[in-house]
Formats: sequence, structure tokens, C-alpha cells
Amino acid sequence: MSRCLCDRSIDHVVLERGEVAHTWRTERWDSLRLLTPNWQSRLPGFSYNGDDPDGYRTVAEVIEFIASYAKAVSAPVLTHTTVTSVRSTETGYLVRTDQGDWLCRAVVVASGACNVADVPSFANRVPRSVMQLTAQNYRNPEQLADGGVLVVGASSSGTQIANEIHRSGHPVILSVGEHIRAPRVYRGKDLEWWMDAAGVLDERYDEVDDIARARRVASLQLAGTPDRSTLDINALTEIGVKLVGRIGGISENGKAQFSGSLRNMCALSDLKMGRLLDHIDEWAQRNGFDASASPPHRLPPTRVEPAPPLGMDLASGEIKAIVWATGYRPDYSWLEVPVLDRKGRLQHDGGVVSSPGMYLMGTQFMRRRKSALIDGAGDDARDLSAHLASHLCRIQTAS
Amino acid sequence: MADATSIANNGVNVAALVAAREELTKAPAAAQFKWRAACEWKDGTHSHSTVEGFYGLGQEQHHKKTFTFDADHPELFASEDKGATPVEYVLVGLASCLTAGIAAVAQYRNIQLRSVTATLEGDMDLQGILGIDDDVRNGFGGIKVTYKIDADAKREDIEALVAQSQKRSAVYDIVTNPTNVTVVVD
Repeated sequence: MSRCLCDRSIDHVVLERGEVAHTWRTERWDSLRLLTPNWQSRLPGFSYNGDDPDGYRTVAEVIEFIASYAKAVSAPVLTHTTVTSVRSTETGYLVRTDQGDWLCRAVVVASGACNVADVPSFANRVPRSVMQLTAQNYRNPEQLADGGVLVVGASSSGTQIANEIHRSGHPVILSVGEHIRAPRVYRGKDLEWWMDAAGVLDERYDEVDDIARARRVASLQLAGTPDRSTLDINALTEIGVKLVGRIGGISENGKAQFSGSLRNMCALSDLKMGRLLDHIDEWAQRNGFDASASPPHRLPPTRVEPAPPLGMDLASGEIKAIVWATGYRPDYSWLEVPVLDRKGRLQHDGGVVSSPGMYLMGTQFMRRRKSALIDGAGDDARDLSAHLASHLCRIQTAS
Repeated sequence: MADATSIANNGVNVAALVAAREELTKAPAAAQFKWRAACEWKDGTHSHSTVEGFYGLGQEQHHKKTFTFDADHPELFASEDKGATPVEYVLVGLASCLTAGIAAVAQYRNIQLRSVTATLEGDMDLQGILGIDDDVRNGFGGIKVTYKIDADAKREDIEALVAQSQKRSAVYDIVTNPTNVTVVVD
């Protein structure tokens, strides 16, 4: 966005509470890699120029990429500046920070959708003898006491964390709710390549049947595995991870309850994957890729045992830690403008927030299916900076 | 597969459901429903239940007539077998909920159903309810539902109907997830 505003000569400042790429430096586990291949992070005027385009960036490489970009576009970033509130004024907004106040005609909320780990309220009934971590503060298996670990959540974070922890010698039990399975490589090409080429990632928010639901969907169960293997539930059960259903609650005396719906959750996921691959096959056929890509194929169904456990005594000692990989939510506590709905979600139309001169960037399916990807920032920023520019013109002529 | 010009007719008024969903999105208070039943003991393990009124859309509502249910235990349990067992009512509840869901989803997806039948089986170790073995639960060890569906659709699409029905089924949720039950004596 800053790059686009520079291109339009719109005077602006970027406020960052830490260093550039702050949450990449402070809120990611050590071994994390992006689930999108290197070539696929394309920012306006800046893309990957290394020798491993099909590889997946490590956290250090993401930090380097973002920090280099900030330098390359000379983004006017003020680091170590925490926004404490944003309020409306007659001419725009008053932005208060711990380094002083700003008056501005427009505000872009680029604080992301992953500010707070979203943990169920009944987590407070986990016995004190069990350590609790989230995908946000999990770093590596050294943090964990010897013994079993319950990983809750089987989307991208949960499966990666379960895999790493189990391989480190802690037996893992994985609690599985809704998730979307996907092969890493399909017909010889990265799944993200297909989604990009077939236009799936460019799908617009106003072209989708139920955008509210689409925005709540968890990230694809994909991982940036260096060997490009598919890290799905079958891969996990093959190395000995045990499955249980979605965690429904924890009783007063620390007994976890798991849903009996595991089989259907896995069936739903397999069916969704089938539909995505059908869509890709149809596109491939219409666009002449059938000759060059290997033939269509499907992964075997997710294997679920006949009677997965429905409960677990968390105080028994079998589990020494729980890692909640149950998603995130944004923190808008500093936003003192009435733009939130009754569930605390920011009200916007493809990134144009309901308060004039306010814009959003980088949330799930904000404007396009790729909005939450690094690769999605460019197109969204171009659209929204244009809108912002005309907004500034309008209020100028009005005054 | 129903083609673009034909509309599947499974008897479900999807337009009304979609409209209701839109209305309730704007007025969540109206979405608060209460379902009710009353039960009277007759004799032995035989009881007689009625369902007539419920609460929804902000006011008391009534079914077209009072529905009645007799429940009992079989002669094998030294009872009179005057009605199905309570656990069989649960299987009926689950089957009806899933089946209605299949019809609704099929209608919404323009898939013509020709026949849908389900057979259900819940296994139960009586050592639970008879207090013989503390490690055995009172209820079902598991429930198996088998659907036979004849419809104008590919197998994956039929499986998707059944999967989606479970995803949005009230009784499936009640049975597979914990539910608070409070029993008081007046």
C-alpha cells in the first residue's frame, strides 16, 4: 500500500509497533515456512530472484524479503510506534500513538487478522499440570516437558506443529475439526501454481455466494515442506499420530470431550479437495494443459479408525501440553470508530471500510481469495489506493 | 444431473428457507427457538409423550395438531412392549434429521432425489445401564447409519449431500457433541 501511495504522491506514514516484519520476528514458530512457493510472492515492483523458485521461504527469508521491500520502496515507516487509538475527527482521523499524535484524512488498517490466538473459553478448565501454548507462542519442541501433547486444530498450522512435535519424540494426539485437505503437488505442479493459473486466487469477494462464510474458512491444510510432500492427516497417522474429533468442551474436573463427528469432518475435507481438483482438471483440459501435465489423480481417502476416543482425562499425565492451533482473530480494541459489527468484525466492502477514508488490507478473502497472501497485497493495494486517492480529491473539493 | 432448464423438485421450499436465513441474519433474537415435549408415566416402563407447542420468531407457536408418542421396553426386558424404546426414538430422531437435511441440500443444489432410505443401528452393552461394569457407558457405543440413495447425480455429489446434511444437522450435533441437561424436581 505504501508503494502504491508513493506512486500516487500521496503523503503518508507507516506506523509499526516493532521493527519491519514485526510478527514474523516475534510470533512464528522456528521451523515455519510459507505455504506458497517462492515465485508466488510478488509485490509491486519486487519479486523473488533467487535460485529456488519452487522452494518455500523460511521465517528468516520472509523477514529479509519484507525488510528489503520496505527499503526498496523507501516506505516511510516509523518503527517502535504503537497506535493506542484511532478516532474520527471533522476532517478525518486522529491517530494517537505512544510517540505522539497524528491527524490524517485517511487511515489504512494493515494490522492483519492474526493479532490474537483464538482459544476456546473452556481452555481455562485445562488442569494446571498441563502446559498450554498456541500457534502464536509455540516455537519448537524444546519448550515442551517430556510426554504426550494434544494438538488442537488440523489446518495448516496444526498439522505442521503436530508433525514436528511427534517427530521430536512427544506422542501427539490431534483433535480434528473442519479442515481442507490439498495435495502439495498435483499433476506435477505445485497446487498453488494451479490455483494461481486457474484464477482461483483471483476470485473476487463479490463473485462468491456466501462471502461471510468464505472469510471464516481456515487456511488450506498445506505446508511448505522442503521435499514437497503432502502433509495431510494420512501422513500424520502413518507416523503414529492419533486422531480424535473436534474438542467440544472440558468438564470441571479436566476431562476433555471430543466430538463423534471425526469421520464426517474427514469426509467433508476429502470431498472439498475433490471439488477443487475437479475444477483444476476442467481448467487444465480447457486450456491445453492435459498434454504437458501428468494425468489427473486423487489421494486415497483419509483413514479414520472405527471408534476414535470421545474423551480424555487431561489430569491423567498422558498429556503434558496442549498446543491450540485453533486460529486467530484481529485485535481492534484501539479502533474507536463504530465500524465493527455485533461480533466484533470490521465492516467493509472489499477493503473499503464503512467509515469514509478508512481502508483495510491483508485479511482473509478481503477483496480476493488471495488477499491474505503476500501475493495478494499488490492488486488489493492498487484498487484501494485508487479509491483512497479519489476520496482525498472529493474531500478536498468539498472543503 | 438436472440440467439448467429443469429444476429438481424434492418438495423442499428452498426459497422460503433462504429468505428466512436472510431475515434471521438481521434479527438474531427471532432465531431463538425452544422445542418442547411433555411426558406422562402410564405404568411400568410405559410412558406417553406429547408434542404440541414450541417457541420461535419471538412468540409461542403451535403444531397443526398434538403429536403423541408411546415409549416402553420390550418383553425381553420383562416389560409390555407398548411402544418403541427411548433409544430407538433417538435413532428415529437422528434418521429424520439427516434425511430432511439431505432433501433440503439436494433441493438447494438442484439434485433430483428419487428415493432415500436409511437403516440405523446403535450398539449397546447392557452392562452399562445395569450397573454391572463401570467402564461401560449407558448409551450407544456407536451409531451406524447406512443410506441408500437413488438420485440424478454422481456418487461424489450424493456423498456430499450426506456429508453436508451431517454438518448442519441438529440431532447429529446433539448426539455427537456434549449438551447440557438440567433435570429439576418442582
